[in-house]
Amino acid sequence: MLQDKDRIFTNLYGAHDWRLAGAKARGDWDNPKALLDLGRDKIIEEVKASGLRGRGGAGFPTGLKWSFMPKQSDGRPHYLVVNADEGEPGTCKDRDLMRHEPHKLVEGCLIAGFAMGAHACYIYIRGEFIREAEHLEAAIQEAYDAGYLGKNACGSGWQYDIYVHRGAGAYICGEEMALIESLEGKKGQPRLKPPFPANMGVWGCPTTVNNVESIAVVPTILRRGGAWFAGFGRERNTGTKVFCISGHVNNPCNVEEEMSIPLKELIEKHAGGVRGGWDNLLAIIPGGSSVRMLPKSICDTVLMDFDSLAEVKSGLGTAAVIVMDKSTDLVAAIARLSKFYMHESCGQCTPCREGTGWMWRVMERLAKGEAHAEEIDLLLDVAGQVEGHTICALGDAAAWPIQGLISHFRPEIERRIVEKQAGATAPQAA
Amino acid sequence: MIVQKAAPPDQQPATFAFTDENLEKAKSIIARYPEGRQASAIMPLFDLAQRQHDGWLPTAAMNYIAEMLGVPQIRAYEVATFYSMYNLAPIGKHLVRVCTTTPCELRGSNDVVAACREALGIDLNQTTSDGMFTLREVECLGACVNAPVVWIGDDYYEDVDADAMRRIIDALRNGESPAPGSQTGRQTSAPIGGPTTLKEQTV
Repeated sequence: MLQDKDRIFTNLYGAHDWRLAGAKARGDWDNPKALLDLGRDKIIEEVKASGLRGRGGAGFPTGLKWSFMPKQSDGRPHYLVVNADEGEPGTCKDRDLMRHEPHKLVEGCLIAGFAMGAHACYIYIRGEFIREAEHLEAAIQEAYDAGYLGKNACGSGWQYDIYVHRGAGAYICGEEMALIESLEGKKGQPRLKPPFPANMGVWGCPTTVNNVESIAVVPTILRRGGAWFAGFGRERNTGTKVFCISGHVNNPCNVEEEMSIPLKELIEKHAGGVRGGWDNLLAIIPGGSSVRMLPKSICDTVLMDFDSLAEVKSGLGTAAVIVMDKSTDLVAAIARLSKFYMHESCGQCTPCREGTGWMWRVMERLAKGEAHAEEIDLLLDVAGQVEGHTICALGDAAAWPIQGLISHFRPEIERRIVEKQAGATAPQAA
Repeated sequence: MIVQKAAPPDQQPATFAFTDENLEKAKSIIARYPEGRQASAIMPLFDLAQRQHDGWLPTAAMNYIAEMLGVPQIRAYEVATFYSMYNLAPIGKHLVRVCTTTPCELRGSNDVVAACREALGIDLNQTTSDGMFTLREVECLGACVNAPVVWIGDDYYEDVDADAMRRIIDALRNGESPAPGSQTGRQTSAPIGGPTTLKEQTV
């Protein structure tokens, strides 16, 4: 188990002062000029050495992503855009980082932006996080007042500005290209890639979009060394990670733990165990609603990291663990997610716009058993037609929960259909 | 996908303009974006207009902001109808938004919705006859370890059950400001009964 001395977010729960004085007492903004003095190459090298993989869901190596930014500006400014549009069902880690540790994010924005040759950073925060945006804006103002940001950030001679941009209630804006469109003042409809943001991002300029947690861990990685961060977790799955544990556990919570911690240990140690005991577990969605669920037999042994969860055809995603005990109506629970994706589809690609609504309607009928057995395969077929046939990953995200349900719990769906049909044909009691 | 529709003409004000104070705010918002990229300010300006106009965004405000930013009106309508946080028709004084996405549903958000219906005497997407409350179901609010979550005004009410929901509604009805955050009294997102980590942390 991770020790407190190795936890990055020591004010995760907001027990202490989130403002500059408190942040400095926890080690933030400790000689930030020295970090900038490392220079762009060394900063990126150290982040690469840490093995940090993006914390927003896709798990792309962060240092490598930064290195895609042009080394020399061709006249267009570079931008860092922080994705704080946290909305993946089950996920609520960035919220805690922004309201309780905003200075870690602000300092990270400066260092990361500097490392990619950017003079400006936009933090795109979901519109519902009103209080969180207030904390963030207050922290940014404190950083300006302290000389950490502005024309001569930290006395480095580098100009750096950070702005908060509030969204307005659209899950799709968590997708980086939709986020960029939204930041430009348009509907949040994803753009085709290529061109990738590092070539042509916001306002047609080189842009890197990173998740809040990916950026907020950077100052600590540089202070303690990439090797320190890489010392946690397994190879290719390194570091510490904020996990969100929700659903049917005794004590739902956020907690920072070592990557690759066994799922069972995570739940039993920090969330007070599954309601009614581990044997009362039915299934877990381990990485936010967009990944495939796992039946208990896999949950017994699986590790919470990218590779281990990919091996069992699921994913670490945002590391949001949604626990469902044996009282759960699994089909209805996934049908509710289908409704979510229908609601959040931006409507741009036909397979997603039409498919999400179609899949939801079939899921609703399957939950009640009001369907034919063949429709299960038809649903799988349609899910497969949506998956991979859209501009962004929302289509995939809508398909995967359904595929996960059918692959692990098909007999339960069939049982409902059989029971319903038996009930319908059984003679009525007088 | 969702597309909102603007309120019918008889509910729409003929004109809209920012107050002097909000006009100053609008200028500082526009200044956050690079020269020539002022269209980016459309979302924060819509929010500002909505706050000025009893919590909803009339078509006149969309036109006013479109002109201010030099974008076509149709683009302003596209943005206003795309994002769920813009209310395009009048709403009650308190907008009660209950999250019912799966993590909240697993923790009993359906009971919270039922408590709202009963206490307010209205169904989803309706407003009480006294204009005090509008009830809505919303998708994931991103506070899932504190489920069920209810969003009222600018605050989240967390760990809400049917009883807590009734208390909150009663308090709002009496003109009080019920304390937001966890309704069971726990420290934000820490486990109930106290954290399992960071126990020795003093700063």
